[in-house]
Amino acid sequence: MTKPLLDVRDLRVSFSVRQAGAMPWSRPRNLQAVGGVSFTLRPGETLGVVGESGCGKSTLARALIGLVPATGRAEWQDGADLIGLSARQMMAYRSQIQMIFQDPLASLDPRMTVGQIIAEPLVTHQPALPRSQVRDRVKAMMDRVGLLPSQINRYPHEFSGGQCQRIGIARALIVEPRLIICDEPVSALDVSIQAQVINLLMRLQADLGLSLIFIAHDLSVVRHISDRVMVLYLGKVMEIAPARDLYADPQHPYTQALLSAVPVPDPAHDPAATVVPLKGDLPSPMNPPSGCVFRTRCPRAAPRCAAEVPVLAGDRHQTACHFPGPFTPQEIARARATEAA
Amino acid sequence: MALLDIRDLSVRFHTHDAEVHAVSDVSLTVQPGETLGIVGESGSGKSQLAFAVMGLLARNGQASGSVRLDGQEILNAPPKVINRVRAEKVAMIFQDPMTSLNPYMRVSDQMAEVLVLHKGLSKRAAVAESVRMLEAVRIPDAKGRVRLYPHEFSGGMRQRVMIAMALLCRPKLLIADEPTTALDVTVQAQIMTLLSDLQRDFGMAMMLITHDLGVVAGSCSRVAVMYGGRIRELGPVGPLFADPAHPYTQGLLSAIPRIDTDEGELAVIPGQPPDMSRPPQGCAFGPRCAYRRGDCDHRPPLASFAPDRWRACFAPLAELRAGTETRP
Repeated sequence: MTKPLLDVRDLRVSFSVRQAGAMPWSRPRNLQAVGGVSFTLRPGETLGVVGESGCGKSTLARALIGLVPATGRAEWQDGADLIGLSARQMMAYRSQIQMIFQDPLASLDPRMTVGQIIAEPLVTHQPALPRSQVRDRVKAMMDRVGLLPSQINRYPHEFSGGQCQRIGIARALIVEPRLIICDEPVSALDVSIQAQVINLLMRLQADLGLSLIFIAHDLSVVRHISDRVMVLYLGKVMEIAPARDLYADPQHPYTQALLSAVPVPDPAHDPAATVVPLKGDLPSPMNPPSGCVFRTRCPRAAPRCAAEVPVLAGDRHQTACHFPGPFTPQEIARARATEAA
Repeated sequence: MALLDIRDLSVRFHTHDAEVHAVSDVSLTVQPGETLGIVGESGSGKSQLAFAVMGLLARNGQASGSVRLDGQEILNAPPKVINRVRAEKVAMIFQDPMTSLNPYMRVSDQMAEVLVLHKGLSKRAAVAESVRMLEAVRIPDAKGRVRLYPHEFSGGMRQRVMIAMALLCRPKLLIADEPTTALDVTVQAQIMTLLSDLQRDFGMAMMLITHDLGVVAGSCSRVAVMYGGRIRELGPVGPLFADPAHPYTQGLLSAIPRIDTDEGELAVIPGQPPDMSRPPQGCAFGPRCAYRRGDCDHRPPLASFAPDRWRACFAPLAELRAGTETRP
């Protein structure tokens, strides 16, 4: 087996925050946004990262490119640890790891032309490149992502959301990265445009042999694009498995509840008969539950779950749960009864 | 008699460089107790349709046509009349609960205000009723939480507060504009279950505006598909999803990745939605349509082609159906 492109071990990100209403001299508290995430990413592979708001998926992405300080290890294929690199050392890797953001318009500078926006990473990473070559490469890239090269002098506001996302993709690809981290790249787009962008990403990936970390809350989109999927909850990995296995045979109670809640565009599918409701709300990350972080909402929680943190176990299909396995009809019935009460 | 009867409703906005045709000639009915879905992408006019019904259009917006609620004409009605209607018959909930609730007011105050204003209740009675309504939307410890401010609730709980507030006057019709779009899937599932339970308990009709075909399939009985300000297809959800009769509906259904199937490349609707300040002469979907023909330079009327099913398209049904089957 080839060496993974990226090997992340026990990545943690904490923020120090002052609680609302606290006295100015009180000590800030610690909020762990990412609590020990480990995974590997092979060259050319797409890893989907799913989870609800506040699960740490965007923070994870930011940590990987050094936008927030983190601890742990993130080993690049050449053996370097990306965590804790100085800004200067990180520069070399920034051209290999690029990012695409959620809000296509907000991530583009409104006072720069499309040509300047797409050229910027190239000019930064390869300052010796003559301007005529930069322009040629920008035009070639625009063509590749489905923009008209003749629009090179236009400004972002002249483009629609889907086209702006194409500009974002072009900007990420211009430095020929090996890995692109996509943070909710299609969630701001309409369905018909979303499909265009997903297809473009998949085609580019196949052509260029890119690896993708694809972060999204839309589980259907993630299933479509990913080779493997990682499910996060309150900063911890609940389950990680090949996409097909995860969707066909989810083992963790959280994954099962999450998948059951996704609306299916088929009137014959009865949500009332399939949804496994979760109790209550997401706990505060300032004060996460002891043991398994999911236990306060888990239909299967037992005393052991409060006492002992479950470790990610398994070979290709890994689950962090003391009692993995599909829900029984009795468990589903009980979960519904608690919800209705 | 239909509870809500919309006839030839058009909404125009006068902006300083153009006139935007947000909604054009929409006719719809909502029967008592039913759930009608309105689907469409951004700019399709689905929200402006609801705003026109509620009398909430922006100042530069102008609505024409007719909207009857329970037989009473409410379109462009004077504020006094529309306020009575909002008190007694129709309520609306919005996408983002944080921007719709007043951040400076306790939930108790903003909920009670509705009852004091519309029903003339005393403050004390109004708060008691608000607590009962918060319990109906399953907010735990409603008595204690009613004293809190909106920011002290989670997103899902805030949406419950909004729903409770909308139900205070026991409306016959609830207009829900993307009620779950800002929420996570597990919370979305909770809210949709809650809405359908409440609808049953209160015997109320609902107009559900959404871009999510999955949500429509799970909770609506009929659906109107909008594009470029007009209804393109209208019918019961079952037949409409199984046998879409408009190329746009067909395109939408095949463009969404589904959680329950593995498929190859997604079908794509090429191009961009139309610019409604310069609406095309003929069918607005024409430039993106695979079934485009000469007739499409004229506007196709919304016509019935089967019992309870309507579509606005010139392409023969047989051709559309054949297209679906040959799709990979």
